[in-house]
Amino acid sequence: MSAAVAATARPALLAYRALTLRRRLILLAMFGLLLASFVVDLMLGPARYDAGQVLRTLMNPSEAPAALRVVIWDIRLPVALMAVVTGAALAIAGAQMQTILNNPLASPFTLGISAAASFGAALALVFGVALVPFAIDYIVPINAFIMAMGAAMLIHVLSQQRGVTTETVILLGIALVFTFNALLSLLQFFASEQALGAVVFWTMGSLTKANWHKLGITTAVLLFTLPFFLRRAWALTTLRLGDDKAASFGIDVRRLRLEIMLLVSLLAAVPVSFVGTIGFIGLVGPHIARMVIGEDQRFFLPASALAGAAILSASSVVSKSLIPGLIFPISIVTALIGVPFFFSLIMTSRKRSW
Amino acid sequence: MVQLSLSGVGVAYGKRRVLSGVDAEDLRGGEVVALIGANAAGKSSLFRRIAGLAAGDGTVTLGGTSRVAGRATPHCCYLPQDTAVNAVLTVYESILLALKQGGAWSVSDEELRRIDGVLRDLEIEDLAFRGLGELSGGQRQLVSIAQTLVREPDVLLLDEPTSALDLHRQFEVLSLVRRLARERGMLVLISIHDLNQALRFADRVMVLAHARLVAMGDPRAIVTPALLNEVYGVRARVETLAGGEPYVLVEGSSRQAA
Repeated sequence: MSAAVAATARPALLAYRALTLRRRLILLAMFGLLLASFVVDLMLGPARYDAGQVLRTLMNPSEAPAALRVVIWDIRLPVALMAVVTGAALAIAGAQMQTILNNPLASPFTLGISAAASFGAALALVFGVALVPFAIDYIVPINAFIMAMGAAMLIHVLSQQRGVTTETVILLGIALVFTFNALLSLLQFFASEQALGAVVFWTMGSLTKANWHKLGITTAVLLFTLPFFLRRAWALTTLRLGDDKAASFGIDVRRLRLEIMLLVSLLAAVPVSFVGTIGFIGLVGPHIARMVIGEDQRFFLPASALAGAAILSASSVVSKSLIPGLIFPISIVTALIGVPFFFSLIMTSRKRSW
Repeated sequence: MVQLSLSGVGVAYGKRRVLSGVDAEDLRGGEVVALIGANAAGKSSLFRRIAGLAAGDGTVTLGGTSRVAGRATPHCCYLPQDTAVNAVLTVYESILLALKQGGAWSVSDEELRRIDGVLRDLEIEDLAFRGLGELSGGQRQLVSIAQTLVREPDVLLLDEPTSALDLHRQFEVLSLVRRLARERGMLVLISIHDLNQALRFADRVMVLAHARLVAMGDPRAIVTPALLNEVYGVRARVETLAGGEPYVLVEGSSRQAA
């Protein structure tokens, strides 16, 4: 008897319970992978430590040698945690954009939010233009954040117009990407050599800019938005059955879209403004989650977060280990190791993944 | 027993009026009412209005309370016309979704047993763990019907639920719907293009044409060659089968080429 026949021979109730259990185990395995990558990330750097040293320093900082404590707690931990939090935030933002726009191409990158952030950052780096006059230390991230939120709001307002389909929204996003890239090129054209270098480095994305303060803000945004998504898990899953059906199930589709789009804008804009453009995670994290766990948001949401966090954490590891003493910009690594991995998943997956 | 009444009900999208002045006072639980009419006669719009998904003039009263546009309620359940879905969800999960709106995060055995029951009623247990994207049009339609039945509504609005089903399935689904209407005291409004199925399964028919309700009542009394000519522009005979059910035989178009 084949597995499929066996599955249908018992009550579907039990099969569903088994499916749920399997998904919990998958989430657990993903969490294990993330944890492993996180520890390796802490081990690597100009000085290499073994896992025992790292774990002991994490557990009992007061008993660790001072040099080790400073390197792990003050230098590596904020960066390693930033990889995890940023990866999770971007992947969740991508997952919810794909859900509410019903489009597999939606992500903070493809909707122009990252490009807008880059332009905002470049304004600060090239001309020293602060969109908010105070907080001069944070002029680059604040500019990036304002532009990113502006782009997200523009996308949202346009998407609410009569007759605008979700496909149109993606087209608008791509138009925004081109517009902001052109504006960015224009800034680069006028930039001094030094500013040009800074802009190029910023747009490549880098976790090395992370510190406890930025990590705190990004984590706070993630923790603030998460309960909203989780509370709406059933409704968000239903949205994928089509607007008509979701409405017939009693969901206020317009309000749900508005609520989620606002939260997603915040979730995408904050990490991008701190670490620069990291394009790949928001698109691919959710696709990987969808392939391994399906689209029940109770599982899809944590799986997207774990996939995004694990990819970025693993990319951080690779970025440090390619050439000793050199840290590659993270978005180069995410794309170069992520794309082949993603391709292989798509090509070998026998199930439909969108 | 649930009671639904429509008084001067109309629907307009922007300036385009698709339906006006529909009156039907005494739609009661336990009966099956077929909605018939040509394409774009306003059948779906009327359903959406009753379901609370479209705004318009007049009043829709369900169980003594007026329906507010923009708000669907669990006891009045609308099945929209079939559309393809690309969600990575199994059939079982999609039926669960119909039950879980506003509900707790966890899923109870009671809820799962209800889904199992509906799968059995519709004889689609073998589809339970197939992906929605792998289904044929007919299978998709059966799953959509399962999504509405699992909610055990008082009023069920089915918009062309059998358009993609084979003859056997059409018969099974319509029989099931009529049986559930009788057993649960559920009011079923069903739009259907196959007039013979409508005549066979419906207790009453509502005929929509030119954005209005043009006739309503016992199918045997209402469905006449003259009505078919007016509504559909066809020459047709209405025969009576041995069981007493009327049967429509279309002979040709009555609209002359200009």
